Amino acid sequence: MIQVNNLRKSFNGEEILKGLTATFDKGKTNMIIGASGSGKSVFLKNMLGLFVPDSGEIIYDGEALNEMEIERKSELRKDMGMLFQHSALFDSMTVEENVMFPLRMFSKMRRKERLERANEVLDRVNLVNLNKKMPSEISGGQQKRVALARAVVNYPSYLFCDEPNSGLDPKTATVIDNLIQEITHERDITTVIISHDMNSVMEIGETIVFLKDGKLAWKGTNKEIFKTDNQAVTDFVYSSELFKKVRIAQNEGF
Amino acid sequence: MIMLFGVFKRPTKGIVLKELILKEIDDLIIGSLGITAFISLFMGAVVALQTALNLDNPLIPKSLIGFATRQSIILEFAPTFISVIMAGKVGSYITSSIGSMRVTEQIDALEVMGINPLNYLVFPKIIALLFYPFLIAIVMFVGVFGGFLASVYGNLVSMEEFVIGLQDTFIPYHVAYAFIKTMVFGLILATIPSYHGYYMKGGALEVGKASTTSFVWTCVGIIIANYILTQLLLS
Repeated sequence: MIQVNNLRKSFNGEEILKGLTATFDKGKTNMIIGASGSGKSVFLKNMLGLFVPDSGEIIYDGEALNEMEIERKSELRKDMGMLFQHSALFDSMTVEENVMFPLRMFSKMRRKERLERANEVLDRVNLVNLNKKMPSEISGGQQKRVALARAVVNYPSYLFCDEPNSGLDPKTATVIDNLIQEITHERDITTVIISHDMNSVMEIGETIVFLKDGKLAWKGTNKEIFKTDNQAVTDFVYSSELFKKVRIAQNEGF
Repeated sequence: MIMLFGVFKRPTKGIVLKELILKEIDDLIIGSLGITAFISLFMGAVVALQTALNLDNPLIPKSLIGFATRQSIILEFAPTFISVIMAGKVGSYITSSIGSMRVTEQIDALEVMGINPLNYLVFPKIIALLFYPFLIAIVMFVGVFGGFLASVYGNLVSMEEFVIGLQDTFIPYHVAYAFIKTMVFGLILATIPSYHGYYMKGGALEVGKASTTSFVWTCVGIIIANYILTQLLLS
């Protein structure tokens, strides 16, 4: 579980996160949604320790990130997986080498064992026969799946995903969403996903955190999001034509 | 300086580091052998030609051609001129490769995994460029050889006279001086471009800008270091 208390972060005098408090549960896909500029990415980078917050605390299973020694932070990071928006695969390495990278850096596994594990997770994300390809030789959707395989190859306790299906076609986006949810349940991972995509939110958002102007504006589940009367949430959700039609249909009793 | 402290903190796993260092030696040193040898062969030839063409006083021995070629190549051409060329070739490569990794969040990915990106990316380059004097030694040899070919086969001087000139008042310390300079230039070649790549902000356009800026500052660093080292070591 990750607990965030009263988190504040400013850049050049402009406060981006304004006392944000949220909880992300273990074994669930926790989604952070909100309009552009609401502070989602800054929030995620603070949680990952890439930014240092001005105040507030981020607690990983009882341990405050800001109180950890640098060595402990490094240890914690070995227990994290991250799926970046643009995959962030190492372009000098093959698919297989990318997936094996965290194992190579932190485990004492032999090459054969590493390869077996890499093949196992590549198989899990439905990627076969691409082991020797370079990232530039595969499609965006395949890159996302490789990045997901790399993020979970060392069975992390925490998985972070930054817009995992941006730039993907709806079918591939659903595949990625479902994979993330399945892996989260299988491994009992605390998964935090940033997304703009309402389809994803509806599909896998077991816990939804809605940010507005650097603050928590609403929290609930994908079942509750359509029933809320929070104006900021309804404005965001029904900005999509599809969901507008869903609401009209609901109001008309369909 | 802050970057350099970061480079030596939280070292990467030994076996991985070893492979990275070998790869960097291949990319930065062995990969530069061809172009630097080609340039030095012709520069050595031009130095010999220029000296020969300006020797119109019959009282000055022709062996001076060999002497001048040796001195120019060892003292300045090989360490300094080639380092400026390396700032363009290797420096731009370092800045653009690290800068591209920054832009595409690969450096963030390393950091999130608990790896020190400075140690992983910059340390192997610094170690690889400790082998830079080997490259310069080859450049020195090829440069003098180029002068020899141009002088002897261009009928500017006999082989014996050229060799007498080469051996004339040879001071071994000058070679040591050249290698000390080379070591310092190697450090400059590894650190300034890495700094510009690692701390760049923006997108693909900024990677190009960072490479240009890095080339300029690496050249400035080399030229200033050259002056200071010459003052310290030769005066």
